Amino acid sequence: MISSEAKLQKTDLHKGDRRFRRIVTLSGLLLLVLLGSIAFFLVKGSLPSIRQFGFAFLWTSKWDPVREIFGAMPLIYGTVVSSLLGMLIAVPLSIGVALFLNELAPRWIGRPAGFLVEMLAAIPSVVYGLWGIFVLAPLLRTTAQPWLKEHLGFLPFFQGPAYGVGMMTAGIILAIMVTPTISSLAREVFRAIPRAQREAAWALGATRWEAMVMAVLKSSKPGLFGASLLGLGRAVGETMAVTMVIGNRSEIVASLFAPSQTMASVLANEYAEASSDIHLAALIEVGLVLFAVTFLMNGFARLMIMSTTKAKGHHG
Amino acid sequence: MKSGTLHRYLSQGYRRRKIFDFFMRCLLGLAVAVAVLPLGSVLSYVIKKGGPALSYNFFTQLPKPVGELGGGMANALVGTLILVAMASTIGILWGGMIGIYLSEFGKGKLAHLIRFSADLLGSVPSIVIGLFVYTIIVMPMKRFSALAGAVALGILMIPTVARSTEELLRLVPQHIREAGLALGLPRWKVILFLVIRGAMSGIITGILLAVARVAGETAPLLFTALGNQYWQSGLDQPIASLPVQIYTYAISPFDEWHNLAWAGALLLVAVVFTMNLLSRFLLRGQSLARE
Repeated sequence: MISSEAKLQKTDLHKGDRRFRRIVTLSGLLLLVLLGSIAFFLVKGSLPSIRQFGFAFLWTSKWDPVREIFGAMPLIYGTVVSSLLGMLIAVPLSIGVALFLNELAPRWIGRPAGFLVEMLAAIPSVVYGLWGIFVLAPLLRTTAQPWLKEHLGFLPFFQGPAYGVGMMTAGIILAIMVTPTISSLAREVFRAIPRAQREAAWALGATRWEAMVMAVLKSSKPGLFGASLLGLGRAVGETMAVTMVIGNRSEIVASLFAPSQTMASVLANEYAEASSDIHLAALIEVGLVLFAVTFLMNGFARLMIMSTTKAKGHHG
Repeated sequence: MKSGTLHRYLSQGYRRRKIFDFFMRCLLGLAVAVAVLPLGSVLSYVIKKGGPALSYNFFTQLPKPVGELGGGMANALVGTLILVAMASTIGILWGGMIGIYLSEFGKGKLAHLIRFSADLLGSVPSIVIGLFVYTIIVMPMKRFSALAGAVALGILMIPTVARSTEELLRLVPQHIREAGLALGLPRWKVILFLVIRGAMSGIITGILLAVARVAGETAPLLFTALGNQYWQSGLDQPIASLPVQIYTYAISPFDEWHNLAWAGALLLVAVVFTMNLLSRFLLRGQSLARE
């Protein structure tokens, strides 16, 4: 913007203007206060648990509400594995979707297909959960899981009884749910790459795919990494759908068929039965860990995406 | 890729490269098909299973106790309406003001920080927001309440509303502001009556999308609004809501309740999709970076 405009914006010509400016600025400042108080109250609420278990909370692996022993390791394990499983599927899929929609599809396919992918993000989590319980889990139990067991059963990941509900179903549901997030961010990253770069590759005789690899994918690595990290942030915090299909058992088992539990799902699952203060504090501490993890991941990812899309003059 | 390797690579058999190119293109197309497949499956199941259960009773009856047939989700529907209305008041006012600040006054480090915080707040898991509201409202009041649920949903709306309002206000041409100021109008009048009016359809779109998102939220309500089998008796009491009711029925062992859950899901999906389509219709021709 030009400097005269900036100056104009700074001058309060009328009496009410200063008040108006103060009010809206205050609303912005209060947002910072809100974020700060989320952190503060989560810490405050989890103090009893922090005092009793200390840092061992993070790596002891017994989560037993009945005997009031709380170690979050099984939940952290469940969160990490289910999210990584989701990302393993969602990242390549989303990049494929973004490449197709941005680089290949003619407008009449690209627009409706893009719309459908975005609609995936509009379906509420609880509906995915419902679908997961009654459609996806039985489907996996009767088809994919027996197949994996038969052909790859020598791996520890594909052993034990196939319940349907469990880590694997949760991972797949997560993949479905974060695909629209990652692919729409990836599309934004691809859009920031100058067309001339692709044309240069074509002029050298590259095929469409080679041009995509050379001109598009190579220069968008940091942006794609940021997009994936944002997707991961969503996957880590996703609650309802995961709670409904993961089976809710806090044990660390290698098999992906086995039920598990994530940080978010234990919150949704035990909110009603948290009768003792220490159980409640432990749950709040789980929330605190979840908050800290997603906060850091998202902050980092956004900085990363900003640095790649800024080249185009996209406002930061 | 170094130029030497590039040259060697490009001079490999053209035909082989063409075939590989075709194969990869098909693979990318397949990726879209695979990504969209679950949408088709979810929609068809929701319609197939929810359609028959979506009866007159569903809209008018209270939930029945276990073992009795029939019953509906009337109280949950009303509950969701109340919650969303209260949440919107918080989310639209606060979020809208932040949007105005960012677009009209937001320069420099502070604005940058606030914009960044809005994005970060938008990515805090919704259950954590629920937990936060639990510690500030439910614990002191010693009971779950509609108020707590609405505050949680309201906080969830703030970032979406703020960022979409900001972007749409930025689309209003600068000369409109200058014209207003040149007429001697105070800036606050220029903003409220010229700039915002100019961006109104877009702002409403942003709000619709935020409402649609929040209407389907379940996780933050577990810790705050809880649920209720009866009609709402006060804002300081637990309140039923459609998403929580769907959740409760879905994990129950009764077929009858499963059917009601599907019906609720159909209704929820229909509302959310309508709002999304409506917002697209309102936004024709305008560019808006979507979340």
